[in-house]
Amino acid sequence: MKIVELVKLVNGTVLVQGDRQDRDIKGGFGADLMSDVLASIQPDAVLLTGLCNPQVVRTAQVADVAAIVFVRGKNPPIETIRLADQEGIPLISSPYGMFELAGRLYKAGLPSFEKSVDPDCSCE
Amino acid sequence: MDTGSSPKERVVTDQDAQNITRVEELAYELKISQVMTREIRSLTPDMNMGDVLDIFRSQRVSGAPVLVNGELAGILSIEDIIRALRAVDLASPVSKYMSSQVMTIHDYDPVIEALKVFVKSNYGRLPVVDENNKLVGIITKGDITRGLLNALQHVYHEEEVIRYRASHLFEDIISDRTSLILRYRIKHGDFTHGGNASANIKRALLRLGANPQIARRCGIAIYEAEMNLIIHTNNGGTIRVEIEPHQISLEAYDDGPGIPNIQLAMQPGYSTASEEVREKGFGAGMGLVNIKRCVDDMRLESSTISGTNLRLKIFLREKDAFADVSQQGKETKK
Repeated sequence: MKIVELVKLVNGTVLVQGDRQDRDIKGGFGADLMSDVLASIQPDAVLLTGLCNPQVVRTAQVADVAAIVFVRGKNPPIETIRLADQEGIPLISSPYGMFELAGRLYKAGLPSFEKSVDPDCSCE
Repeated sequence: MDTGSSPKERVVTDQDAQNITRVEELAYELKISQVMTREIRSLTPDMNMGDVLDIFRSQRVSGAPVLVNGELAGILSIEDIIRALRAVDLASPVSKYMSSQVMTIHDYDPVIEALKVFVKSNYGRLPVVDENNKLVGIITKGDITRGLLNALQHVYHEEEVIRYRASHLFEDIISDRTSLILRYRIKHGDFTHGGNASANIKRALLRLGANPQIARRCGIAIYEAEMNLIIHTNNGGTIRVEIEPHQISLEAYDDGPGIPNIQLAMQPGYSTASEEVREKGFGAGMGLVNIKRCVDDMRLESSTISGTNLRLKIFLREKDAFADVSQQGKETKK
């Protein structure tokens, strides 16, 4: 799924365009705890979150997240936007809540990119 | 569940307005002089419109400045020629059809100034003058597009060059054991810059030509360690990364307060973080667990007297190594 399709599906407002419009979003993930994201997200996922601080962008960069969608119409502070712009990570704000967003994306064919927790699994 | 479409009207928020893309940034950075056309095909007021039509057609231009003794006297565009054609008046001089009130722009202005004029007016080109108001070039929307594309390609190319040079580092430098050490000082409570060190480490690894999976594992492990230094220390701490062709060693250390019970700290979900930290999305008690998952070897030593020392290692398989490790092995065995 491309960024343009994602924006349409979530009825989103684009806050930061990002570097690569052609990047393929391969799955989805929703969390407010960044450690949960770091623990089990696979590369090239869209991250749905209610957390708006710059750490979201850092987490996204470290974990190869393709785009960030803020739920419930949240608008992040300017530091978050600046960092995302600098790192080239798309930021989108959607009026829908986390459950609704996950449902919409799942229905549109986007699989879950949240690995189930297995104490023995590695990061790969 | 009503998922019907809601109005698609886009409200421009403050964030939208402040959101500056890379291209916009370049429009502020690039100067007019860097993108303008310097070879100016100029006209004189006494030339007749028919001759100008031929010039425009043969040179494939759609406008040109009109000069008198080297001074800018006006500008003539293809629109003016169309007016003359309509009036069957091609024998008339340029002075009759040119616009003599010419808006100019300085060569030292940023490109964004020209863009603003193009957006506000219906001008297709602007004469460019230097600080002495002497004509030095002409700028069109096409020049700007070309200039921006070139600049973007340049930025991209620079990163490629850095990556190429860095990826040869370990092959170019001969020693019995080569390593690259990166050090970062992490301040306690500095959430604003939290993650900067890990971002820089990940970028460095990618520039060195690391497998993206490896860079990601290091990034995640170091990010958690960096946040731990920000959240849990008295005076912050240090991150030290040693990159060798066959392994990456990561170390995070501080001078206190230390972890009273390491076994408990390693338990998934156990956390001593404050409510404030949890609100920031951290302190879920998964940090050390995440770190362990990402590395091949993890050593955690801590005392309430001397502080905490976390040592991590990621071993690189032969195909992921930064240089031909087998060669190095032979060298040292000699």
